[in-house]
Amino acid sequence: MSRYPQVLFQNRKLKRINTLEEYCQSGGYQALADVLREYTPQGVCAAVQEAGLRGRGGAGFPAAKKWESVPADGAFPRFLVANSDEMEPGTFKDRVLIHAEPHTIIEGIAIAAYTIQASKAFIFVRPNYEGSAAILEREIKRAEEAGYLGRRILGSDFSLEIIVHLSGGRYICGEGTALLNALMGKRPNPIKPPPYPTVKGLWDRPTVVNNIETLANVPHIIRNGPDWFKGLSLVEKSPGTKLFCVSGKVKSPGCFELPMGTPLREIIEEHAGGLLEGSEFKACLPGGASTRFLIPEQLDVRMDFDSMGEIGHRMGTGAIIVFDQKTCLVGATLNLIQFFARESCGWCTPCREGLPYLRDLLWRIENGEGKEEYIPTIRSMCKDMWNSFCALAPGAASPVESLLTYFEDEVHEHIVQRKCPFQ
Amino acid sequence: MLPAEIKETLLQRIAHAIHPREQAIDVMTIMQSHYGYMSDEAMEEAGGLLDMTPLELEELATFYNFIYRRPVGRYVLHICDSTVCWMNGHESLLQHLCTLLQVEMGGTSPDGLFTLLPVCCLGYCDHSPAMIINQVIYGDLTREKIDSVIHKLREQAHAS
Repeated sequence: MSRYPQVLFQNRKLKRINTLEEYCQSGGYQALADVLREYTPQGVCAAVQEAGLRGRGGAGFPAAKKWESVPADGAFPRFLVANSDEMEPGTFKDRVLIHAEPHTIIEGIAIAAYTIQASKAFIFVRPNYEGSAAILEREIKRAEEAGYLGRRILGSDFSLEIIVHLSGGRYICGEGTALLNALMGKRPNPIKPPPYPTVKGLWDRPTVVNNIETLANVPHIIRNGPDWFKGLSLVEKSPGTKLFCVSGKVKSPGCFELPMGTPLREIIEEHAGGLLEGSEFKACLPGGASTRFLIPEQLDVRMDFDSMGEIGHRMGTGAIIVFDQKTCLVGATLNLIQFFARESCGWCTPCREGLPYLRDLLWRIENGEGKEEYIPTIRSMCKDMWNSFCALAPGAASPVESLLTYFEDEVHEHIVQRKCPFQ
Repeated sequence: MLPAEIKETLLQRIAHAIHPREQAIDVMTIMQSHYGYMSDEAMEEAGGLLDMTPLELEELATFYNFIYRRPVGRYVLHICDSTVCWMNGHESLLQHLCTLLQVEMGGTSPDGLFTLLPVCCLGYCDHSPAMIINQVIYGDLTREKIDSVIHKLREQAHAS
């Protein structure tokens, strides 16, 4: 049992969800009832703003600010999209959350939809999470039958329909604007703002896209107040808890709900059980595949948006992938860039052409065909990735650039020995 | 031609949508589970239902990992090749599968039962290495576990 307060995982059980009845017994849907009875949309926004809830999908953008950017005179119908397209390697928190407490997600969606006055919400679920999608569809139906969704919710004037959309599967669909194209049945290329989706999103109507973990926090903020939410965190600027996923060379990989600002060392050594027998910590990706490698000297950093930013890193999705001393990081980076090159939508040139080129250079180094002059080329190409259309290519460049920053010696070894020293 | 029952389900879904094409993925997924894969004829049929040209639909079909435009075996194995599975032995398990099924990556086994395809992170990094076969996840893979899964699927196929 965690020594920290559990919010999203307070009712987490082995092998089954927390049912609607159980959720209601522990105060579930009370926040929605209060909101519909006592709150204006602006009132909800103010409470969430005061709590300082930041987006859990990776960017950490303040949730209330996003909601407020829907113009007051914006057209109807409006839409809310709950993003659960978690295809970032290392990330599986949404799956665990859906399997633990689906109704806190549904209640969060209802409150957020009320706040932006959306009448239809979509939950965008990645493929291979068919089980999660089935749980959501079944529980949405139950919530409808209980009067928490559908027409005139709890006797108010507010109506909401939630639709579960199962994606066909591509990493780029997790990008907010690409996701909207995917939902509309168009090829999911990203769209460059402005106009932002909150002004012109699905079918040109105001649309808010929030990560499901972000939305799941909303009912708890309404129920317990902004001060309580701030008190959950160990740091000031990133309130609340965070679902951290730990995988790789640790004894107990898993998803843990911990305060924002929990030191990375504690997450790995305590909650994930430390490294496997015979393994030593070499590096980790702290927030999924599109973040920079972190080295042992940085292990005491706190895991929150700002503390990570201060040392030049990103927390991303909070998915920590741990590498040990026996793992070749050139090989690991080659694998990562392979992923990004394959998942690029191909829309813009730096990403479509640049990522396969980077992959080719790394492949040569890993397979004993590397040359010293590749290193400056790789460095400059990593910078060029910032000229791309969306965040995929700069994200892809992050592990590559940090490989050269922290592990240049290992890269040189590959080149000098004309083979991978780990094989 | 689709059985009337399936066609009716699809038409209902489309009627409920704001615009027909938003149902494109669902329609192709459902049709694919009936036909096995999306043939050119199936694409034409789906386009007709969705009020899309086959070319518009092709843009989507070729984009997504889980829409098959070529015939596949009865069981489609997608083995995760992303970072965590890679470091936990994906390559040797893949070789083992190729030998076991007598197939190369992207191919279908001689008995027509198994197609082997790569896939990026399945979101089961806490049970890595992982693969998915016809929507069922198999995690914490070892050679022995793979042998037993394939053996069961072969038996299942021969029994029916």
